[in-house]
Amino acid sequence: MAEDWTEGGFGLYIHWPYCAAKCPYCDFNSHVARQIDQAAWTRAYLAEIDRVAGELPGRVLNSIYFGGGTPSLMHPDTVAAVIDAARGRWTFANDIEITLEANPGSVEAGRFAGYRDAGVNRVSMGIQALNDADLRRLGRIHTVAEARAAYDVARTRFDRVSFDLIYARQNQSLANWRAELTEGLAMAADHLSLYQLTIEPGTAFGDRYKRGKLKGLPADELAADMYDLTQELCEARGLPAYEVSNHAVPGMESQHNLIYWRYGDYAGIGPGAHGRVTIREQRFATETQLSPTDWLQAVARGSGESLRTPLTGPEQAEEYLMMGLRITEGIDLRRYAALAGDPLSAEAIAELESLGMIATDGTRLAPTRQGRTVLNAVLAKLLAG
Amino acid sequence: MTDLSHIRNFSIVAHIDHGKSTLADRLIQETGTVKDRDMKEQLLDSMDIERERGITIKANTVRIEYDADDGEHYVLNLIDTPGHVDFAYEVSRSMRAVEGSLLVVDSTQGVEAQTLANVYQAIEADHEIVPVLNKIDLPASDCDRVAEQIEDVIGIDATDAIRVSAKTGEGIHEVLEAIVTQLPPPKGDRGAPLKAMLVDSWYDSYLGVVVLVRIMDGVLKKGDRIRMMSTGATHQVDRIGVFRPQMESVDELGPGEIGFITASIKQVRDTRVGDTITHERKPCAEPLPGFKPAQPVVFCGLFPVDSAEFEDLRTAIEKLALNDASFSYEMETSAALGFGFRCGFLGLLHLEVIRDRIEREYDIELITTAPSVIYHIYMKDGSMFELHNPADMPDPSRIDRIEEPRIKATILVPDEYLGDVLKLCQDRRGIQLDLTYAGNRAMVVYDLPLNEVVFDFYDRLKSVTKGYASFDYQLTGYRADNLVKMQILVNEEPVDALSVMVHRDRAETRGRAMVEKLKELIPRHMFKIPIQAAIGGKVIARETLSALRKDVTAKCYGGDATRKRKLLEKQKAGKKKMRQFGKVDIPQEAFISALKMDT
Ligand SMILES: Nc1nc2c(ncn2[C@@H]2O[C@H](COP(=O)(O)OP(=O)(O)OP(=O)(O)O)[C@@H](O)[C@H]2O)c(=O)[nH]1
Ligand SMILES: C[S@@+](CC[C@H](N)C(=O)[O-])C[C@H]1O[C@@H](n2cnc3c(N)ncnc32)[C@H](O)[C@@H]1O
Ligand code: SF4
Ligand SMILES: [Mg+2]
Repeated sequence: MAEDWTEGGFGLYIHWPYCAAKCPYCDFNSHVARQIDQAAWTRAYLAEIDRVAGELPGRVLNSIYFGGGTPSLMHPDTVAAVIDAARGRWTFANDIEITLEANPGSVEAGRFAGYRDAGVNRVSMGIQALNDADLRRLGRIHTVAEARAAYDVARTRFDRVSFDLIYARQNQSLANWRAELTEGLAMAADHLSLYQLTIEPGTAFGDRYKRGKLKGLPADELAADMYDLTQELCEARGLPAYEVSNHAVPGMESQHNLIYWRYGDYAGIGPGAHGRVTIREQRFATETQLSPTDWLQAVARGSGESLRTPLTGPEQAEEYLMMGLRITEGIDLRRYAALAGDPLSAEAIAELESLGMIATDGTRLAPTRQGRTVLNAVLAKLLAG
Repeated sequence: MTDLSHIRNFSIVAHIDHGKSTLADRLIQETGTVKDRDMKEQLLDSMDIERERGITIKANTVRIEYDADDGEHYVLNLIDTPGHVDFAYEVSRSMRAVEGSLLVVDSTQGVEAQTLANVYQAIEADHEIVPVLNKIDLPASDCDRVAEQIEDVIGIDATDAIRVSAKTGEGIHEVLEAIVTQLPPPKGDRGAPLKAMLVDSWYDSYLGVVVLVRIMDGVLKKGDRIRMMSTGATHQVDRIGVFRPQMESVDELGPGEIGFITASIKQVRDTRVGDTITHERKPCAEPLPGFKPAQPVVFCGLFPVDSAEFEDLRTAIEKLALNDASFSYEMETSAALGFGFRCGFLGLLHLEVIRDRIEREYDIELITTAPSVIYHIYMKDGSMFELHNPADMPDPSRIDRIEEPRIKATILVPDEYLGDVLKLCQDRRGIQLDLTYAGNRAMVVYDLPLNEVVFDFYDRLKSVTKGYASFDYQLTGYRADNLVKMQILVNEEPVDALSVMVHRDRAETRGRAMVEKLKELIPRHMFKIPIQAAIGGKVIARETLSALRKDVTAKCYGGDATRKRKLLEKQKAGKKKMRQFGKVDIPQEAFISALKMDT
């Protein structure tokens, strides 16, 4: 039997930990640095690709993703070196997707051609909001006009361009969001990520929230209404959700992210990058040194990896379920049972089905739109048995 | 052996926290019973729970020796007693073993409810009472006012009340002198047949059952064969000694002396507090009058959160009961909570202490159901039974009447809070019996249903009076009232563990408060949940918990898988703390919190 990960494919995630400024809501591993030694970073990435490829030989690579931080601060040569190294160690799938996350500033736009020449064939832009006041409140350093301009440049350089918006922001009304999303949909190509603002502990927003100083956030009811409205508008525009927060013209989904949700294998390279890799039939969760300088030093000593945990069958099943139910295609029940050793509780499935939270045809289990909005409760129910 | 005239036996009694245990410390130290380097605060409060809460739960006896100003050498037996009303029984039986009491009154606070309760008990036991005004080191101390109050409210002469600081040791010498000069020596006849009072008994993991005795007549020696007069059981004494405060062996105990024996007794339940111990061979003619056993008055169910721990819970409860005759238990099954125990306690503090010990010493997480009292249910066929658990209520059509326990509650409160106290008592169906003043403090006496008091009365009293009221009560008897069982239905299903007995007139208010509370306590589910209060099938209050609308993580990519799985696992662990009723998960704290009333 084929190893489980083959059901999801194989991807490479490259983490770039630097940004021009830190956004107050962001809990990603991102830092602001005065100087970045691009050559040193290139050397480190290449060393790590060598190390990882040594353990995962002979694979076909379905995707590379440059995430951050702000990968559009990378020099195009750095990006090119990484892509070339990966090509040297693995076989690229014919339809390999190579994505780079870009911030929508004018400086970035100037590098787009270079990224394209390096091999990048998709960009995902963090536009976040379509009015300047909200952009400022989100701590963004670009304006709507700059974002639009950068986006237009990207459209001319790449076939596939997606952008992100954050909604359910402070003082946002349902009508505001309708207007803003309508504008966004008019701009959109074939993919869109729409995230409700999450207040993460340990961020500036998180601290303000704890002190009761972050006012005007929508209550659950309004947030739920906003989510429902988002589904309607996107569907009407031919961009249905294929995941909780991701919309695409069918066939244009992010292949890389689908590897996560379909619970494939992915190698994580760069500070704080996570991976799921199957080595000699055992799946591991891997993590690397979180701090950029620690990571560089660790790589110089031989490996950036800081943690490698074998995952039991039931743990993998749990991860497969919680990732897989985020996407509209859902999970394969037999695959789940093979990992878990036991099938999901028929009783729980029946109860959730009668509540309209999930749908099943006996082989697959998929969340309904309603189920997606309360996915945590659905998962808790399924996992409790 | 000490001559009777050189023995003094006394208890130290007071309201909670007025400084009994600290005074005992000073007496122990001043007489050199314990070396300075071995002293610690409230030395006699040796149980973990006592040290942690800073209160005395169990009475403790110590023998100290004192060379008095008259040049004579005296043996003093002191018993430090608990102040909290739940353990009033410890005070009353301690008093039966001694001839006098030191009545400690905190001179910054004055006379409080337990001060009064203790005085009445001391008078009933024919004690000589020595008033002691404590905490004179504090700036708020006002001895003259408190002395006057003692005379006014209690009616005993306080002109010679001894002014002390149990903290600094000031006045301790005067206390010792007062003990030898003002308290009477014990009486007794060394030549008469052995007559000893069984004052207390407990289980010691090394020695087995230890029995605290007070010798009235005769002499008790190691190796003697003794008989418990109430049961006829006989034993051989294998150890005999006194507390200093650690155990110290002696050859014999004579009249007037207090000490301990061990006699290969297996269980605390084989001894009866108040029993008379005599010699098997040459028994005394008449037993001592004995005491009424302590009766549990508050009942609740204890269930393990994890039902697999039921057997562990059984072991824990059996072990605790070994050492605490006032704690009762029987197995209980609940449709909602599974297997557990219906337990009886002396009061809420006692309940809390036992629950704490099970959770901590035995590491078992518990669900505690609403406390209830014993109802007398008179059936139409003339029979009567005691209802310990509302879930066992018979069909109302077969019931003639229901009687509930009543108490006489004494509350002392500064004038400015009197109105709030009266309102609280009125709300709890109280009937005012008395209202008097002593200076700016009022003393109110109420006849109240115990049911209205066991749950959160004391908390409410403390909160409406900012902690300035004190409270004491005694059971007075049973009286019929219009009582009904109120059920709670969650998602149309009755939850037996939430059933309560209520007065018909208060049912709507209680029912509404409970369903509102439950609406806050039960997390939202994927469907809407009706929560209802009902009496015999008739719904009297209703709330609807609306369905969960949004509970999803917005972003979840490769790096979030681990974090998300840990979160789910935490959620799963949290779910263990919930109980399932049909399709609804109810958090365990709901079983108690739902009953707390804000008025
Ligand atoms: N300042 C001062 N504090 C005192 C004095 N006597 C006792 N205390 C403090 O009062 C508190 C209660 O003292 P305890 O000796 O535990 O009181 P208790 O009467 O034994 O209390 P229960 O056994 O719980 O009824 C402690 O914090 C003591 O340190 C005193 O003379 N002066
Ligand atoms: C890895 S981040 C950063 C990409 C890029 N640096 C940027 O900010 O444009 C990817 C996306 O996650 C979203 N995001 C980050 N933090 C978020 C939060 N606290 N709540 C909701 N969305 C968030 C933003 O839309 C962001 O574009
Ligand atoms: S949101 Fe993007 S730009 Fe802002 S700090 Fe996070 S990674 Fe950097
Ligand atoms: Mg004490």
